[in-house]
Amino acid sequence: MSTTLTHSWFMTVRHLRNLARQPWWIAITLVQPVIWLLLFGAVFKATADIPGFAADSYVDYLTPGIVVMTAAFAGGWAGMGVIEDLNRGVIDRFLVSPVRRQALISGRLVQLAIVSLIQSLIVIVLGLAVGARFPGGVAGLAVLVACSALLGASLGALSNGMALLARKEETVIAASNFVLLPLTFLSSAFMQRDLMPGWIQTVARYNPVEWTIQAGREALTASPDWTLVLTRTGLLAALCLTCTWLATRAFRTYQRSI
Amino acid sequence: MQTSAAIQARDLTKTYPKDVRALDGLGFAVEAGTVFGLLGPNGAGKSTTVKILTTLSRPDGGQASVAGIDVLAQPERVRRVIGLVAQRSGVDLEATGRENLTLQGQVYGLRGAELRRRVGELLERFGLAEAADRVTRGYSGGMQRRLDIAMGLIHRPRVLFLDEPTTGLDPEVRADMWAEIAHLSGTEGLTILLTTHYLEEADRLAGRLAIVDRGRVVAEGSPDELKGELRGDAIQVELGDPQADGRAAGALDRVPGVWEVTVEGRSLRARTDDGSAAVPAVLQALEAGGVRVASVTIARPSLDDVYLRHTGRSFTRAEERIEEKV
Repeated sequence: MSTTLTHSWFMTVRHLRNLARQPWWIAITLVQPVIWLLLFGAVFKATADIPGFAADSYVDYLTPGIVVMTAAFAGGWAGMGVIEDLNRGVIDRFLVSPVRRQALISGRLVQLAIVSLIQSLIVIVLGLAVGARFPGGVAGLAVLVACSALLGASLGALSNGMALLARKEETVIAASNFVLLPLTFLSSAFMQRDLMPGWIQTVARYNPVEWTIQAGREALTASPDWTLVLTRTGLLAALCLTCTWLATRAFRTYQRSI
Repeated sequence: MQTSAAIQARDLTKTYPKDVRALDGLGFAVEAGTVFGLLGPNGAGKSTTVKILTTLSRPDGGQASVAGIDVLAQPERVRRVIGLVAQRSGVDLEATGRENLTLQGQVYGLRGAELRRRVGELLERFGLAEAADRVTRGYSGGMQRRLDIAMGLIHRPRVLFLDEPTTGLDPEVRADMWAEIAHLSGTEGLTILLTTHYLEEADRLAGRLAIVDRGRVVAEGSPDELKGELRGDAIQVELGDPQADGRAAGALDRVPGVWEVTVEGRSLRARTDDGSAAVPAVLQALEAGGVRVASVTIARPSLDDVYLRHTGRSFTRAEERIEEKV
């Protein structure tokens, strides 16, 4: 166990350092959620006037949604890094060394969580700056950020696993495109749940993006229903473990195919 | 499977999807402390063999051991005692040379001052000390290759696998790499398995070699033994007319003291006891058969002749076929 943790840390350091050397990537990663917040905030501003819409201003409602969406997208695209390492023979080099398989996945996920944490903080600060108010305070924000990181890591693990199985950039791009937008829009990220069509409300119940948003928004209310928060967080934690396990298994399938 | 040999492979078979048979009962043994070459054209099964022996891939059937450890039963133990320089470089291009080596060392359990010392030592030894703190994306092909070898050696492995170590390198860099590998083979107790499709490389570096063709070992021995099995000289005739296959071979059937006649395209090869004495008779027979001749060469047997003898086609020709398929 401790070897796995040490190896995961070595891999995390590698990924963070490599990211830090790509200034353009950093710039885009940090600016994108800001654009989403300002853009969606402007386009859907009138939503707050819909009868039955609970939040006072749309930006109150939207900010947690953008935090979650940002984490989901970062996770969904994480497989591209695996493809790059596969193409460069880096994965094969590690696979014939004593490095733990779990570490090859979890090192990437920890990096993803750290980046997602930074992005979340930027969105939250910007949200506050344009007038969003969160009665749940720091505790609520912590739940939102932690759940988003769990969601990002889950989708990141799936994306990594798929990259190992497909081994093609095009497949990862197509799958991410195919999955990410529907996942986001089949949730209450932009629109209050009871104002959406019934079938979407049903589908959303099984959508991990929705679990994250529910937990985050609930924790940000003045008097949160902690049972709801904890069950959603539990679901996300279970999902994250399952996805990480699947991604680690994908190495076996990969090795059998080469 | 416990054995004293540094590497032992027996009856390895592997079939990829779409019925591509990569290994078809391949087997060989390598004595500890030697350089063993696997020579064969692209697609012969060399890289698949290395992938299996280094625990990256698994065979469908057969057995293998490295340093006396069963590769299939105890892959984790095998990984601790082997180093691999894969055909495709495994360098992390976003990291510096020193960072690449340090991470590789950490993975094998080296830490602190010992790790720093070992990394510094290898950077020095492979002429990378000056470039150590530059990102490897800017390294030349030769530098990346040397870093690959340094990474393969960081934990002082007992068996080092070099899979096509000079493919894609400039001739000059290749010569440097040969010197480096020859130097490595002097390392005490280190066993090296080298795969190559360069005849000259196998001839120079390998103490013993196995010629691999279509997933099987077709001949095994030292380069001199293999060449020594071929009696006499090789005659090679370039024909003026590409459509002369049947006629040319037929014409030479009647010439005494000439055997193993093969024709591939414009190239006719034959063996004879005494090359210079046979040339006039060969030319006369071809002329009588109405076959135009562009040039004639006589040579001592080369590994290419050994390959031809065992597979029925010349090495260059086998390579071309593979390229056509790809």
